[in-house]
Amino acid sequence: MTRIYVPRDSAAVSVGADDVARALESALAARGIAAEIVRNGSRGMLWLEPFVEVQTPAGRIGYGPVTVEDVEPLLDAGLLEGGAYALSHGPVDQIWWLASQQRISFARVGIHDPLDLDEYRRLGGLVGLERALAMPPEEVAADVLASGLRGRGGAGFPAGIKWRTVLEAESDVKYVCCNADEGDSGTYADRMLMEGDPFTLLEGMAIAGTTVGSTRGLIYVRSEYPDAIRTLRTAIDIARVDGWLGDDVMGSGRAFDVRVVEGAGSYVCGEETAMLESLEGKRGMVRPKPPIPALQGLFGNPTLVHNVLTLSAVPSILADGAAAYQALGIDRSRGTQVFQLAGNIARGGIVELAFGVTLRELVEDYGGGTFTGAPVRAVQVGGPLGAYLPGDALDVSMDYEALAAAGGLLGHGGIVVFDDSVDMAAQARFALEFCAVESCGKCTPCRIGSTRGIEVIDRITAGIDRDRNLVLLDELCETMTDGSLCAMGGLTPLPVRSALMYFPEDFHRSPEAMER
Amino acid sequence: MSAYAPGSVEAVRSTLAALPPDERLILPALQHLQEAFGYVPEGSVDAVADELNVAKAEVVGVLTYYHDLRETPPPAVVVQVCVAEACQAQGVRDLLRGIEGEYAVAVGKRTLVGDVEFDKVYCLGNCALGPAVMVNGHLVGRCDTRRLRTAIQAAR
Repeated sequence: MTRIYVPRDSAAVSVGADDVARALESALAARGIAAEIVRNGSRGMLWLEPFVEVQTPAGRIGYGPVTVEDVEPLLDAGLLEGGAYALSHGPVDQIWWLASQQRISFARVGIHDPLDLDEYRRLGGLVGLERALAMPPEEVAADVLASGLRGRGGAGFPAGIKWRTVLEAESDVKYVCCNADEGDSGTYADRMLMEGDPFTLLEGMAIAGTTVGSTRGLIYVRSEYPDAIRTLRTAIDIARVDGWLGDDVMGSGRAFDVRVVEGAGSYVCGEETAMLESLEGKRGMVRPKPPIPALQGLFGNPTLVHNVLTLSAVPSILADGAAAYQALGIDRSRGTQVFQLAGNIARGGIVELAFGVTLRELVEDYGGGTFTGAPVRAVQVGGPLGAYLPGDALDVSMDYEALAAAGGLLGHGGIVVFDDSVDMAAQARFALEFCAVESCGKCTPCRIGSTRGIEVIDRITAGIDRDRNLVLLDELCETMTDGSLCAMGGLTPLPVRSALMYFPEDFHRSPEAMER
Repeated sequence: MSAYAPGSVEAVRSTLAALPPDERLILPALQHLQEAFGYVPEGSVDAVADELNVAKAEVVGVLTYYHDLRETPPPAVVVQVCVAEACQAQGVRDLLRGIEGEYAVAVGKRTLVGDVEFDKVYCLGNCALGPAVMVNGHLVGRCDTRRLRTAIQAAR
């Protein structure tokens, strides 16, 4: 039976994928055509969603963006044979945008029904876990270290060192906590992976748990991701029935199980110690470090905390070898990064490539410039705590160290593009507003500094004592950078200062001009 | 729905009893009460504090910390507008002005207009198809006032 693919990813659904799937189903029934509609994950070419694919002898042929109105004419044009239609993009595996990527963590996303375990196996799933269970834990941790994998949440700490620390910690109870509190604007890769290939994350967690000697895994998912939560919970049930989560992982005699914990709306809970507090049922207040979570984490026990993308890279490292992963990338940034193109961009979506690609290649070659067609004026890399870079300075290499040297940060790999209508004084003010709303309140520079910062920016843009207030803002930023307990207060000055440095003209307009 | 009266000790006890032992914590307790009643009813705080043997201040602390938790029943339609950077770049300020024009209200924190509540949120994870809005848990991409009107109508 012919297979037709219509994504179930919530981004695709947000622009009508469910409606298209329903229309397709009834149109097929009306025509008496027997075809199977598979709800796959998204390929990540979000500007083409809903992206409909059909399996043909010549491979999968893609169409998009498909609307309900396209369904009948698309069937008339011979959809089932991959017929020509205005929205056709030809064989999907020959689309440059996809074919030129180096997909490892996202290798399966968009290809299959995310909850079809047979398909997961057929596409190479569970090989990594099987290999890991046959190796001494010390060797698994050594492999993760040798792969060069670093924390993809943004901090970039070598994963293998964390694994070794938790493995060597003496405790009857240890935890593996997956941080899926993906709150950075411009990032959505965790969500797409959890919705589009949840087994990869669970396999990565099972490898981590059985390696470091933990039996309990938790995934802290933000409440804004209801589809991801549902998909993960179903996937966990399936994995338990199949015997690779639970009391006896794949007959190894080792136990490891996973539970999903839903967040309750708090950006700072994406900071690892605040997340641990929240997992303990408390306010998401940041803890001072040390002690580090690897030694004293959840309920005081050794805890391996990793972002979704870090854990999702692990199965392939074990399956294909640390050397293969380490061979990709540049300098101390090894492997691939899942970049997320967002904001005012013509071709937004997931671009997984080895570290070292330039920001310009991502924004111009993959992104195709702005959606509006106006010039790129600013690009914010690394979420709301990342720097704003000017549109003419995009030749920076995308890796941890090069971005830091350029005054920015990689963060979770989000890239938000703005055209020339952006008001950078408003963006700088927003960074402080966001900090004021989301600060946990534990430390003074973040709690008070954010509000004082808003007031100072308002005085600057209103032309009140401008020079003195610019100095004051700079001093305030310095206090927040040096005096905050975590990245929330510590990095909020980054977007503020970069906006001031690269776009000073926006801070020197009359109040009337601000009211555009 | 809970079989017990909102805010009653019985409602809190039955909610906690349904939780596995390692989830009998303040936040999950409040989340499950909200799931049962749509909000955390008055009176729950004392009962949760008693049952979990923690200070009332700790329960109030959690209740007031998290944006999702609410102390009043939700209206028929809850509209969450993403106002974070990626949606700003895609014109959410225009959408907010459109809402202001149509409903004669500036969107603030849980702004109620008839049976519709508008709220500002920061990121719904749909950053390439913004402005993103969530209407009763359903994500709407490339949202404008026309698409929003349709989504609100469908949610009623």
